Amino acid sequence: MKTIKNIGLVLFLIGLAIFTALPVLGTFDLSPKDLDDFINHKGIKSEVYISDLRQNVVGKSFDGMPAFAPKVTSALEQANAQHRNNREYEKVVYAKPHDMAAELGKIAGSGFIVNHKGLVWFLTFGLGILGALLFIVPNVVLLGKKGIKNNGIYHENATNRGWIAWLVFIFLTSFYLILYFRPEYAVNWTFLVDPISESLSGNPAGQWFVYGFMYCVVMVVMAIRMYIKYRHNMYQMIRTTSVLFFQIVFAFLIPEIMVRLQMPYYDFKNAFPLDYDFFFSWNIKELMASGSIGLFILIWGIVLTLVIVPVMVYFFGKRWYCSWVCGCGGLAETLGDPYRQHSSKSLFSWQVERWLVHGVLLFAIVMTGMTLYSFFTESATILGIKTQSVQNTYSLLIGAIFAGVIGTGLYPIFGNRVWCRFGCPLAAYLGFVQRFKSRFRITTNGGQCISCGNCSTYCEQGIDVRAYAQKGENIVRSSCVGCGICSAVCPRGVLKLENGPEKGRINPTQVLLGNDVDLMDLMNK
Amino acid sequence: MEHIVIIGNGISGVTAARHIRKLSNKRITIISAEADYFFSRTALMYVYMGHMKFEHTQPYEKWFWKKNRIELVNAYVERIQPKDKKLQLKGGEDIAYDELIIATGSQPNKFGWPGQDLKGVQGLYSKQDLDGVEKYAPNNKVCNRAVIVGGGLIGIELAEMLLSRDIPVTFLVREDSFWNGVLPSGESEMINEHIREHHIDLRLSTNLAEIIPDEDGRAKAVKTDKGDTIACNFVGLTAGVSPNIEFLKDSGIATGRGVMVNRYLETNIDNIYAIGDCAEQKEAIGNRRPIEAVWYTGRMMGETIAQTLCGNKTEYKPGHWFNSAKFLDVEYQTYGWVFSEKSKKEVEKHFHWRHPKEKICITVAYHGDTRKFLGINTFGIRMRHDIFDRWLTEERGVDFVMAYLKDANFDPEFYATYEADILAEYNKVMGTAITLQNKSWNRIFKTA
Ligand SMILES: Cc1cc2nc3c(=O)[nH]c(=O)nc-3n(C[C@H](O)[C@H](O)[C@H](O)COP(=O)(O)OP(=O)(O)OC[C@H]3O[C@@H](n4cnc5c(N)ncnc54)[C@H](O)[C@@H]3O)c2cc1C
Ligand code: SF4
Ligand code: SF4
Repeated sequence: MKTIKNIGLVLFLIGLAIFTALPVLGTFDLSPKDLDDFINHKGIKSEVYISDLRQNVVGKSFDGMPAFAPKVTSALEQANAQHRNNREYEKVVYAKPHDMAAELGKIAGSGFIVNHKGLVWFLTFGLGILGALLFIVPNVVLLGKKGIKNNGIYHENATNRGWIAWLVFIFLTSFYLILYFRPEYAVNWTFLVDPISESLSGNPAGQWFVYGFMYCVVMVVMAIRMYIKYRHNMYQMIRTTSVLFFQIVFAFLIPEIMVRLQMPYYDFKNAFPLDYDFFFSWNIKELMASGSIGLFILIWGIVLTLVIVPVMVYFFGKRWYCSWVCGCGGLAETLGDPYRQHSSKSLFSWQVERWLVHGVLLFAIVMTGMTLYSFFTESATILGIKTQSVQNTYSLLIGAIFAGVIGTGLYPIFGNRVWCRFGCPLAAYLGFVQRFKSRFRITTNGGQCISCGNCSTYCEQGIDVRAYAQKGENIVRSSCVGCGICSAVCPRGVLKLENGPEKGRINPTQVLLGNDVDLMDLMNK
Repeated sequence: MEHIVIIGNGISGVTAARHIRKLSNKRITIISAEADYFFSRTALMYVYMGHMKFEHTQPYEKWFWKKNRIELVNAYVERIQPKDKKLQLKGGEDIAYDELIIATGSQPNKFGWPGQDLKGVQGLYSKQDLDGVEKYAPNNKVCNRAVIVGGGLIGIELAEMLLSRDIPVTFLVREDSFWNGVLPSGESEMINEHIREHHIDLRLSTNLAEIIPDEDGRAKAVKTDKGDTIACNFVGLTAGVSPNIEFLKDSGIATGRGVMVNRYLETNIDNIYAIGDCAEQKEAIGNRRPIEAVWYTGRMMGETIAQTLCGNKTEYKPGHWFNSAKFLDVEYQTYGWVFSEKSKKEVEKHFHWRHPKEKICITVAYHGDTRKFLGINTFGIRMRHDIFDRWLTEERGVDFVMAYLKDANFDPEFYATYEADILAEYNKVMGTAITLQNKSWNRIFKTA
């Protein structure tokens, strides 16, 4: 068994190494015809740019993206600078240089990787999946009988912020930086999943398809790990299945298929304000241009946020979204499970959390207000502030850096819910509903708590569960995502997530059940 | 300002301090020689097993003590001088008090076994003990085998700890079935099986005779009363605990096994009280034992003494007995009284149900004549404390309890439920025809 695990680890690492090397490998040669097609397709009018590309790029063979990309980006930057200088605004190419490099790279890619997509897919994704499964599945036997399996978490480098954790941090962060800011380096990855993308949407893959595909793969593999680890706990089994289903079907398959059917790309479960650009004018315009399905999506999006989400939170708590449906939550609960113990429980973190998460919500609302105002009045600025720049700031700081780069990158260091806890505006909104108008609570079982601290340690949202449990108080906290792990790890059966009458949901107690009744009354008045 | 001094920063002492602070402005000092800050002893095992770090066992952050003006002194109290109302600390310093609370907890029992003080031989009680296990049994290279002596709740925790590092364990248990002084036979039997399934070498009806040292004064083997010699590098002594009160010897404070207290937790000397593991009740409280070394009674005594010291003299009145523990993977809860065959009275009758495959079972105790419900033990099923507390107060009959069992279930959502199976078996054995009632939120959350 141990041997199988080790073989799995080696295979996984080989797959990972090849995957990591891909961005800098490959051959790129742009033919004159491809360039002409591209220019026509894009409607590029800058003859400076075109001639620069013809001279320095076309007909040459580049070894790897690091050789190819700078030529494309610098050509574009120089051309645009020149046009702006000469006030030839109609010639300026309004595209990000790195996106341009990615698109040209996609066309120019040739050689081994492009010609052996299946093989290279196997050497990266395939080995990674196979290796990971070989590493994980023997746990069915190795972990022994059903029960809590947290042995050694704080002894192991990877789960105790050792150097492995830091490597994972660097890997994840770099991966997100590439996706968001240097997509040209993702081009080789896109080749591997082209066949899959083409079979779904009919289009070749872009970097976001790679991301979506990887997201699903990682979730499936890590969900298998969850199933094995929590096989005694039905709540975890069903919940894991649910997040997996919503990720694969709603976030991945349906939008791709919709594209094939000439419909807008839309993830039906992604609720505003997590889906922060839902009301951006380009999106509204696109939806309105897509006929009845577009209109349906528009109405659905609004109803989802204003009615479905809060009503469901009333009945089931915000868990129905955050740990049963949401993609961010889904990744946190699968890939992030080994790191949940790193969320800080200090009062200080709680204060930071409240400022930040509500700040982001406010930011999202203000931005959306400005967006809608601009949309209906068709004025680009409000009080002298450009709506577009507010949107760009949000997209960059919150959408890309907070939710992606930091949110996931920091898993191994600050726990798996950094984004959900400190950043997600939807979570903040659901939190209000959960705190003030909901049937959900975590019931504390009278006086059974022994203050051991397992619950607090493993709460991914950094809630000091023990602080409530040892006072006999129910846990009614806006940030609780209802993952159920506190209840799972409690060795004394103290915690139960449940939906019940609102009355008596919050039960402040000074003296716990079990102590003389008069004393309880006296102190709890 | 009145100065309240508390010896011992365990759950009882700390609870007393917290509540005194809530109720008053008195000066509060806690003295302990074990650790700077309060930590949960109950979680020591999880530190060794790598579930938590030691800091996670501390329920309060460091600022808590300052903010609540609770002064902490890390020192050992060598002597109490009630006449001068002062304490003598090791190292010579004195501390004066107006009111003194003794909350010094327990220490592991040692019964004079030859070799009981060797290196690698220890109990599991204090933070220092945890360090000891880490030192003498860090892995299965340094420690090829460990022997645990005494089959109680701490013994099984120590066994689980050592197993988590793949250290082979031999478990010497005096009784002929695990913990059957407390558990009815069906349950005790199930736990025997569970222990063996974890590849623990469980030796029932076996006592320790002596521990044999190597040339460095470290344990190298134990000899049992059956004449077997078992080679080992670590010996855990977990044959119960007793109050930690030696330092009181010449103080004039009356002691038995523990510090003798009345129902107000007062000792024989004015202004001196005792709470928690170290207190021994002069008068019996229901079926409770005079010394109860459990977490929540320490906490309740702390809550009670705080009332008394803040002007509201209050009797210590623990409600219905309850408790919980875990045997490796199996959770155990108990509400009311279920006695073992060894200790139960004639009129106490039991209904027992066990799952055909899983390690799940319950035992319900009732009065043979009146059919009054007396108590329940559950293994592998969580129960709702509120409900059983209420049913015990209302003196419900056992048939009622069985009919409404679903109200009491506290397992996580989507768990398989067994009430129907349990009731079917009950009806069969008892010749009743009770129908199972559906769970009702109204009943569950009914406030008395
Ligand atoms: C491993 C383990 C697991 C347990 N698990 C459970 C459980 O699951 N459920 C349950 O109900 N109970 C459990 N218990 C029992 C429970 O922990 C005790 O009942 C409880 O801790 C007693 O609290 P206390 O405040 O009375 O004393 P303690 O926690 O023992 O605190 C007393 C403190 O006083 C200090 N002290 C003693 N003498 C002096 C002195 N002269 N000068 C200065 N300081 C002194 C001691 O060093 C100690 O720090 C467990 C105990 C152990 C050891
Ligand atoms: S309180 Fe419990 S259920 Fe809520 S987020 Fe924390 S661990 Fe999950
Ligand atoms: S895990 Fe359970 S017993 Fe431990 S502190 Fe939390 S609620 Fe209490």
